[in-house]
Amino acid sequence: MPDCLSVTINGAPRQVPRGTTVAAALLIAAQPSRLSVLGEPRAALCGMGICFECRATINGIQHRRSCQILCEQGMTIRTNR
Amino acid sequence: MKPFDVLIVGAGVVGCAVARECALAGYRVGVIEGATIGNGATAAGMGHVVVMDDSPAQLALTALSRSLWRRDSGKMPKSVEYEPCGTLWVAADDEEMAEVHPRCKIYNEAGIEARVLNSAELAREEPNLRSGLRGGLLVPGDGVVYPPAAAAFYLAEARRLGAELFLARALSASNGVALLSDGLTLRSERIVLAVGTQCDLLPSLPIQKRKGHLVITDRYPGFVRHQLVELGYLKSAHKVIEDSVAFNVQPRQTGQLLLGSSRQYGNERSEVEPEVIRRMLDRATAYLPGIRSLSVLRMWTGFRAATPDKMPLIGPATGFTSDGTLWLAAGFEGLGITNAPGAAQLLVDGMLGRTSAIDRKPYLPARMAEPAGLTYA
Amino acid sequence: MTRTEVLVIGAGPAGIAAAAAAAENGRRVVVLDNNLSAGGQIWRSATVKANKSSDQRNRPKLRALERLERCGAQLLPCRSVYSAEASGTVVAVDEAGSAIEPEQFHFDHLILATGARERFLPFPGWTLPGVFGAGGLQALVEGGYPVAGKRVVVAGTGPLLLAVAAHLAEDGAIVSHVVEQAPLRRLLWLIASLGRDPAKLIEGARYRAALGRTAYRTGSWVDEAIAARDGMSLEAVRITNGTRTWTEPCDLLACGYHLVPNTEIAELLGCNFRGRFVKVDHEQRTSLENVFAAGEPTGIGGLEAALLQGEIAGMAAAGRSSTSLITRAAKQRGFGNRLEKAFALRNELRSLARPGTIVCRCEDVPLASIRDRTGWTDAKLQTRCGMGPCQGRVCGPAVEYLFGWTPVSVRQPLIPVPLDVFCRQPEND
Repeated sequence: MPDCLSVTINGAPRQVPRGTTVAAALLIAAQPSRLSVLGEPRAALCGMGICFECRATINGIQHRRSCQILCEQGMTIRTNR
Repeated sequence: MKPFDVLIVGAGVVGCAVARECALAGYRVGVIEGATIGNGATAAGMGHVVVMDDSPAQLALTALSRSLWRRDSGKMPKSVEYEPCGTLWVAADDEEMAEVHPRCKIYNEAGIEARVLNSAELAREEPNLRSGLRGGLLVPGDGVVYPPAAAAFYLAEARRLGAELFLARALSASNGVALLSDGLTLRSERIVLAVGTQCDLLPSLPIQKRKGHLVITDRYPGFVRHQLVELGYLKSAHKVIEDSVAFNVQPRQTGQLLLGSSRQYGNERSEVEPEVIRRMLDRATAYLPGIRSLSVLRMWTGFRAATPDKMPLIGPATGFTSDGTLWLAAGFEGLGITNAPGAAQLLVDGMLGRTSAIDRKPYLPARMAEPAGLTYA
Repeated sequence: MTRTEVLVIGAGPAGIAAAAAAAENGRRVVVLDNNLSAGGQIWRSATVKANKSSDQRNRPKLRALERLERCGAQLLPCRSVYSAEASGTVVAVDEAGSAIEPEQFHFDHLILATGARERFLPFPGWTLPGVFGAGGLQALVEGGYPVAGKRVVVAGTGPLLLAVAAHLAEDGAIVSHVVEQAPLRRLLWLIASLGRDPAKLIEGARYRAALGRTAYRTGSWVDEAIAARDGMSLEAVRITNGTRTWTEPCDLLACGYHLVPNTEIAELLGCNFRGRFVKVDHEQRTSLENVFAAGEPTGIGGLEAALLQGEIAGMAAAGRSSTSLITRAAKQRGFGNRLEKAFALRNELRSLARPGTIVCRCEDVPLASIRDRTGWTDAKLQTRCGMGPCQGRVCGPAVEYLFGWTPVSVRQPLIPVPLDVFCRQPEND
């Protein structure tokens, strides 16, 4: 099994080590996971699935907690911008 | 403390609207609230501002009240989230579609803009509705508000005009005297009970609780554009004995969807019942299949205040008490938000002896004094 | 629908001990955890293979995980519980795959080992990308976020800070400061009291060794996180001890103010509470006959306490008892109380937020909107504070510390779930 896999973040392809969570991938790509109600960029805070700041649209489903989800080959990740 | 002209028990949206109307009339006003402003039925409900034609009296009151909402919406702060999104009554089959045309006529004749939509037009207005629906009735002048903020707005207006707020429970309120849980005694020429379903101050009030369940989702702006109601809603609202659910969804300004509705009788427990939620959401997904994948943030219940003849009680509490100081603004069932400003106006008209924009008689509590029996029709 | 004799919620140290104890005593055990693998927070494992080597050094963790594997309990990760009834049902969603399905579990005995979460306090700049919880950053590093070469300040309060700082240093971060708000004299008092428990002293010493180049400031706190010019990341933090204030450049801030227990399931079930903790007897039994609680939900007490309480609860669920374990657990309670006292929050932390500082992050509600409210319900209704997807888990403890308001009772769903789970499910069992 290869140690790397590729996902797309907002349309751009990224390579990440297998086992990387989507939240970590977003941090590596320096992409905020979401814009807040007033338009502030936000990224993961708690790392354990309770703060919901790491929410992103993963494979088309919105509001998913990216810190609890592992990257998979071909996964599409979109942040709300 | 100087006596008040009007004391209002209950700072929900109705009580607060009454407070503002009384203050505008120049009365010395006191508002008594034992819990949280804008909570109770006000916070639990759906916040729709809708013209309802289930009877001529209801049509007149909701039309009047809706016009007051529209008139004041420009003054309301953003927090009230007044959205003039209109209501779309959805016809699922030919039988329901047949009801649409006469209803449209009733609305138009009452000066309420309404138009019939066919199947294609319905799909264009609301792309997320399932295919195969027959059409609907669009009432563009209806709207949606966030009721707790509306209550707070009305109260703030009243206080700006001199009304006083007492954050304490009314232990008793009769014969012009209100005893509060913090030890205060307030005197007033009139006492208005705007208490939702908490009728301990006047147990003879013929108000029954009608439990409702609601579900709110995360933010999905644009998923639904109008308030959507199935035409079967009225059948559900009219059922007196059977528990029922009816499809009703509201787009909030936040982009969240507020989903309802359910009605249960003789059930005083406030717990969310999974079985009712299931029936309600199964019905909703039958109209909007796409909501299955939406994220649910919260579920809750509330109690509507229902009267035997489905009309609210607006006016002196004659017939339920010999206490001439007591007035009522109660029993609004599912139309408390819609009818709050209209009821406030009618109530104050009655106090001032002013002619109302509509006939007040159908809502006067005195109508129930007739010994025709207080069975729920 | 799965039937089991013992259902354990949480696969951290307490949950692992409980599950293993019950299983080894002959009970059928299912363990649910909302993370990708067992270990909870303190024993969180790296998910990227190359980073897993550090696991090997933690012997108690390794032994526990091996024990869990051997004992026959069924571990189901990625399960979040959203509904529960004391009569014997818990419903969870499996969030791993793209199809999110509800799963019902029927139990004879329930053991709540749901752990704790960090307490966050609002301060200017705390919503910037680059600002994380203390345990939060550690968790994200375990999830594959590389911090090698990054300048990190670790701040807040609690024993977690040193543990996190040491881990981050081992992962290659440059931990310039650990900023602990507790005053030195209280920390010295705590260390002195540990004389009764040498194991903890040694743990502390190990951390200090890993952090040779790190400045450890007590009686100090971060009062602002300063944004880089792009407004999208962190450039520096302002640290103060009330008298002296200085700016420290950094890439990342890991800041958390000790822990609050995860008690939502216990609350939904109707368990009795002692303050903010679940009330249990010496066998970890709650006020509900068939429900036990172990670890942080009963009192923030650390690893030892969690392991002992979990063991006791697991045995009790299997109808067994151990006086010696119960005695040892009782002794640990003293440590928990000393932790609370040592790391009590100072008053200055109440005044960090400015009127425009966001308090509720889900709904972007600033301090100015909230502070004149009459209570939690009023704030929620009028400002939307607490109405977002975190359901008050982040802003609730903050608001409680700032204003003394206790968030009001929980309802299901305990976490946001897809609407579909409430609809009629196709019969497939």
